[in-house]
Amino acid sequence: MTSMPKPKISKHLPTNKLGLTIRHYEGVMSTLCAGCGHDSVTAALVQAFWELDLAPESAAKVSGIGCSSKTTAYFMGQSHGINTVHGRMPSVATGANAVNGDLHYIGISGDGDSLSIGFGQFAHAIRRNLNMLYMIENNGVYGLTKGQFSASADIGTKSKKGIANEQTPIDPCIQALTLGAGFVARGFSGDKSQLVPLIKAGLMHKGFALIDVISPCVTFNDHAGSTKSYAHTYKYYHPLVHTDFVAQADEITGAPDADGLLSVTLHDGGVLRLRQTESDYDPRDRAQAIETLMTPSDTGEIRTGLLYLNEDMGDMHAANSLPATPLNAISQDVLCPGSEALAKLQARYR
Amino acid sequence: MNAVAKIQPDVRVNDFVLKIANVNGTGSASANGLLMKAIFRMGVPVVGKNLFPSNIQGLPTWYEIRLTKDGYKSRAGTTEFMVAMNAETYDQDLAEVSPGGVLLYDDTWPRPEMHAREDITAIGVPLARMCNAEFDNARTRVLMKNMAYVGAVAALTGIDVEVIRGLVEEMFGTKAHLIEANMRAIQLGLDYIREKHAEPLNLRVEPMDKTAGHIMIDGNTAAGLGAVYAGATFGAWYPITPSTSLMDGYKAFCEKFRVDPETGEKNFCIIQAEDELASIGMAIGAGWNGARAFTPTSGPGISLMSEFIGFAYYGEVPVVLFDVQRAGPSTGLPTRTQQCDLTLAAYASHGDTKHICVYPADPRECFEMSVLSFDLAERFQAPVFFMTDLDIGMNDWMVEELDWDDSYVPDRGKVLSAEDLEAMDKYYRYEDRDGDHIPYRTIPGVHPKGAYFTRGSGHNWKGGYTEDSDEYKEVLDRLTRKWESAADAVPGPVIVECGKPTRRAIISIGGCDGAVREALDRFNAADQPLNYLRVRGFPFNSEIEAFMDAHDEIFVVEQNRDAQLRTLLINETAVDKTKLVPILDYAGMPANPEFIYDAITAHCETEEA
Repeated sequence: MTSMPKPKISKHLPTNKLGLTIRHYEGVMSTLCAGCGHDSVTAALVQAFWELDLAPESAAKVSGIGCSSKTTAYFMGQSHGINTVHGRMPSVATGANAVNGDLHYIGISGDGDSLSIGFGQFAHAIRRNLNMLYMIENNGVYGLTKGQFSASADIGTKSKKGIANEQTPIDPCIQALTLGAGFVARGFSGDKSQLVPLIKAGLMHKGFALIDVISPCVTFNDHAGSTKSYAHTYKYYHPLVHTDFVAQADEITGAPDADGLLSVTLHDGGVLRLRQTESDYDPRDRAQAIETLMTPSDTGEIRTGLLYLNEDMGDMHAANSLPATPLNAISQDVLCPGSEALAKLQARYR
Repeated sequence: MNAVAKIQPDVRVNDFVLKIANVNGTGSASANGLLMKAIFRMGVPVVGKNLFPSNIQGLPTWYEIRLTKDGYKSRAGTTEFMVAMNAETYDQDLAEVSPGGVLLYDDTWPRPEMHAREDITAIGVPLARMCNAEFDNARTRVLMKNMAYVGAVAALTGIDVEVIRGLVEEMFGTKAHLIEANMRAIQLGLDYIREKHAEPLNLRVEPMDKTAGHIMIDGNTAAGLGAVYAGATFGAWYPITPSTSLMDGYKAFCEKFRVDPETGEKNFCIIQAEDELASIGMAIGAGWNGARAFTPTSGPGISLMSEFIGFAYYGEVPVVLFDVQRAGPSTGLPTRTQQCDLTLAAYASHGDTKHICVYPADPRECFEMSVLSFDLAERFQAPVFFMTDLDIGMNDWMVEELDWDDSYVPDRGKVLSAEDLEAMDKYYRYEDRDGDHIPYRTIPGVHPKGAYFTRGSGHNWKGGYTEDSDEYKEVLDRLTRKWESAADAVPGPVIVECGKPTRRAIISIGGCDGAVREALDRFNAADQPLNYLRVRGFPFNSEIEAFMDAHDEIFVVEQNRDAQLRTLLINETAVDKTKLVPILDYAGMPANPEFIYDAITAHCETEEA
């Protein structure tokens, strides 16, 4: 089979500031299973990019291998994309980003891609504070190879055949917090109203932004006894912090809540309005975020929302003193020292 | 003084090997470099080989300086003058000295076994005692002991002390106290010899004029410099011997030439990756995004990178890999040289993959072919392997000065601009519009019409996912033709005709060149003329096959156990493999003419018997 384009019916659809409808931000038809959580994430991405009025060519999509990684073909068909090798998306994103920091880098990965085969690259991209939005579409299971547990499977969660997982899960949010990420969030594919603002905020955040999205696998991990099923996640997911993203150009309307509202202006434009749903949770406190995630909830709650934010960390470009002009656009006469310099240089080798 | 010279050997001027045996980590490298550079500055051609262990401190290390008035380029394989500074290897070093040669040792401690040979001249100098009396702390004493033997060797052979002084002044620049201390140590050795050893040695250094227009440089530095001149802006790497100094060189030159003095902004980016899986991924990401990008590594790194190499091949992403080969397999001998990744690089990665490779023979070619590699990678939208080795990469070679043509314009290959895309009806990434098997590339961010999806999964000429057999094969077949078309773009072979009718020839590659040429002179002198071809690029161009057709017996000289160049020649041409006689030197040492001459002679004798 070959990939199928989506029908482009754009009549009567609203346009954004670039005069583009949401259809301009879509990709080819998804080939994932009907009802897959990943398709909901794709839809949220399309909406977020459209609402942010980002030119499609200003984005670059990167992914590894797996069901999640395939989805980069399903949105932003007018953006460049690169579907790399398994677990190695962060390195390709690093090189691409280094030579042109002007694009918005959006990486799509899965729990197998990021927490098993690519765990090292995931960790080191965070250490470098690569300026990108990194999404893990997390379903606790290997879909393309038909249902093996992944490294994010909870202890006791059951496979389709009823076997319980006994190995400790890796929580990407805890990992990201300990590795120094400046933006750590968790979402649920079933709650677009929460996910879209998180994506917008993550795209505008300068530095590494992680969104771990619980995205149930309807084919291999949606049964009773699974802690990553749609029903389980729907029942237990609990927003710890409510996030609104307001584009900078827009007027911020409405009176701020008297209690628990926090406004954060992002480097790349836009204002984040965070409302704590639990009065003692401060999303600027890394230690508290780690402690909260590591403390099992009495009621089995899955904590979601923008769990941690620090806007004051330099990114990889700053750390490497990279120029304002992207490296891929600097002309040869600037880059090449020329024959005179070479002649002079060689004195030291005589 | 314990000199006993039973035979009076011929005087050898500017034609002998000085070898220094030392202990790793004692700082002898700068002393040895000083000696070699001083001889070079006196106009005498030199070949330097640092034979060092995989160790930071304590294991034996040797430095060979061959003075070659005839300008040969390889090791001689003999030692006429040994400076034996390592007690642990003393017996071995003593045994290695050619009859009639000289052994200099530190006689601070008496060594009765030195009398074991009466056919050489043994000269004791109390290096440690003199330095202990002259200098204060322990580390300085160790370092200065090396400088003291520089003085002794200079006095014995006639190396110009003023040339040495000039080099020491350059080495330490404004640090006057270091210049003074080092010269004092050198003077200790000089004075001792002048006082105690009146007779001149039979091994002499005399001024010549054969190094004008030449420099001494190592291949890694030259390749790193080439990357700067080629306009490479991105390098990712994971430290590995013997490639590390390539990135060190690139970095040093970038810091000299590519940093804005006012803003401190850097027109380059170097990332030290977490492993080679990541370093190649980063270079591919940067290449995909339109920058000239590279990664330096060695064989173990290529093994790790293999999956990504296939991705870049199939996705058609330009990237340059510098493989500074070392002896394998596995960890092998990390500080010994070999040409053992030839087949690995040619076909790296799973599935049907073939790559473009270039094979420099010395640092000058490293500079030139480094630049060329970036042109080839972008022109053919493919990974390009720059295949060098530890001997070329880490040793200082005497080569002609490097040239640069200011009219050079990087060959960026087929890249569409925003205007091009605007004017196009529809863009497809893998469409062979020109019938030359090379499609057009677009850079992310330039124009929405240029967007495409790079994937390692099956794709058709439009860049779309496919599992359709015909569509899949169409792309794969074009890739074969694209690779084949690179045969005329890689550097052509260098052919040396002996000028006499002969049915025999040598084919060789890379750093074997100097040793082969010296062996050829010996064959010529023995009236056994051979023609010679040096392979410089892969895929092989038609000249190579024609050369093989024109000879009945071809000795394929290379540095690996499995005759990898021979394998490639058999695999990629129609040559009769029985014509190709493998001559294999895989002991880990730089090539030497003796081995080649003897191996070919032995083969010919067997054949004739």
